[in-house]
Amino acid sequence: MDSVKEEVLILAVETSCDETAAAVVRNGREVLSNVIYSQIDLHTLYGGVVPEIASRKHIEKINPVIRKALSDADVSLPDITAVAVTYGPGLVGALLVGVSAAKAIAFAADKPLVGVHHIEGHICANYIENKELEPPFLCLVVSGGHSHLVMVKDYGVYEILGRTRDDAAGEAFDKVARAIGLGYPGGPKIDRVSREGNPDAIHFPRAKVDDNVYDFSFSGLKSAVLNYLNGCQMKGLEINQADVAASFQKSVVDVLVEHSMRAVEQYGAKRFAIAGGVASNSHLREALQEACGKREIPFYRPSPVFCTDNAAMIGAAAYYEYRKGIRHGWDLNAVPGLKLGER
Amino acid sequence: MKILALDASGLVAGVALTEDDTLIAEYTTDYKKTHSQTLLPMLDELKKMVELDLRTVDVIGVAAGPGSFTGLRIGAATAKGLGLALGVKLAAVPTVDALACNLYGCEKVICPMMDARRGQVYTGLYTFEMCGGVLKTGDRAAGAEDSGAGVRNGISGTSGKDTGIEESSMEMRVLMRQCAMSVQSLADEVNRLGRETVFLGDGVPACMEMLRPLLRVPFALAPSSCNRQRAAAVAVLAGLMAKQGRLVEADDFSPEYLRVSQAERERMEAGEAQRKLMRAGITPHTKE
Repeated sequence: MDSVKEEVLILAVETSCDETAAAVVRNGREVLSNVIYSQIDLHTLYGGVVPEIASRKHIEKINPVIRKALSDADVSLPDITAVAVTYGPGLVGALLVGVSAAKAIAFAADKPLVGVHHIEGHICANYIENKELEPPFLCLVVSGGHSHLVMVKDYGVYEILGRTRDDAAGEAFDKVARAIGLGYPGGPKIDRVSREGNPDAIHFPRAKVDDNVYDFSFSGLKSAVLNYLNGCQMKGLEINQADVAASFQKSVVDVLVEHSMRAVEQYGAKRFAIAGGVASNSHLREALQEACGKREIPFYRPSPVFCTDNAAMIGAAAYYEYRKGIRHGWDLNAVPGLKLGER
Repeated sequence: MKILALDASGLVAGVALTEDDTLIAEYTTDYKKTHSQTLLPMLDELKKMVELDLRTVDVIGVAAGPGSFTGLRIGAATAKGLGLALGVKLAAVPTVDALACNLYGCEKVICPMMDARRGQVYTGLYTFEMCGGVLKTGDRAAGAEDSGAGVRNGISGTSGKDTGIEESSMEMRVLMRQCAMSVQSLADEVNRLGRETVFLGDGVPACMEMLRPLLRVPFALAPSSCNRQRAAAVAVLAGLMAKQGRLVEADDFSPEYLRVSQAERERMEAGEAQRKLMRAGITPHTKE
């Protein structure tokens, strides 16, 4: 990586799921604009993200969102150094809208193109508000589609220590929220309701995965909650929504914290960060803050706006890729199952 | 007028550049790669080959649908991105109209078909007609009258000056607007017209076996030179739309899918079933 500090302005685009987002980021850490159009109301009708509907909405919103990102940042296309876009993992139809639009813009404006891994973006969201944070650090990525425990060895260099074997953490939140009648999206709703509940009212299992102590499994927990609800129904017992939510949430948080701290100790991590939509969960943030405090290591967490899917994080990740000389061709395709660290 | 046209609506990916009545370059592929791997590399190739300065493009024509949902969106997002970066408007060209336009001058019934799955095709019925008086003077600008939603699209060359006989133009008449319909219904429509018919499109290999025994009119299949989407045809219709002032802002353009998503359809069907039950005085059983 060359040490000359030219100003690098990245126009970043993100459409991997149900947020149409664009941002302009200077030198990887300074967000000049961050525009997010959330489709959540549309998908609430169906109890989850419908890929075809998401893709159709992305097409409607992509240009206005990109245009607003440029105008909010008070820049025009010629000022931009490179165009970045999420090309995986995610919903293929949704990804393709951002990939196709970003490629066409880069092509027409004669700018280099940098494809970015969605999870790498989430991890790099931590750079935006923590100017001093640099690799190596340990990062827990938890969202509706992903649960990863990642050692960030250097910019763009990752070692995945653990991942979910079945449901992602956020997915478990959504499914349990639906079962107890809270609706979609489950994460924020369970977070809110849990404040009025007793987290020790019901003991749900903390699943361990046999051959890798850092892997997660949340489907058993989800089944345990569903069994509990069925049991109550059969016995005619009233269900305390807040207690179920709080107890379920505690079980998830306990597992996430325990695995994270085991890795911190095992790998001697000096810094710990979280990322992804579930990183907005207030109980998880508090518990990790406390656990990191006990071990006297700094704990980094992005503001909620940078935890949710956004393009500023893609701009942050793209900056380090750009500095390394990573460029993608006009044949860049969406890769729904893209692995972290793969190009 | 310089027109850059894209078509990613079906199995074929195509890009073309026209200037007035000249096709400067066209690149068509029908290959297993996805359109996101072919469309922009083809455009890049075309740009290099004919030393195109993209800033000189006046209009971007795009096959606007119907077609494969994903393909349409790759074409649409590409066209929108180009439109945004170049500051030009788009011509949203109906896919099936553009396919029919491949058979310029054909006075038989033209029936493009695209496989729409679920036993249906995206199709329409068209024919060309010679029009304009033989002794007429002056240019008859192609498609000068906006006959509303492209019901009559005129296509013509330049008019002859010295022959004493005015060149006529051929107009593409729409006998049945593009739509999604079952193969059986399409056969009924074709038989009802009772005229010789030419079929084309990527729906031919997929659906001809089903259609063949249902047809009661003489028919033929178009050859490979003109039986798939051609971006040049999109450019021709885009030129007409530009003359008629029927362009759209890149920001406002969305494909014409002609179908709602499966989730929406199921939701509407569920709603309809429930309303029927309610009308019949039955309260749907809901879990407590």
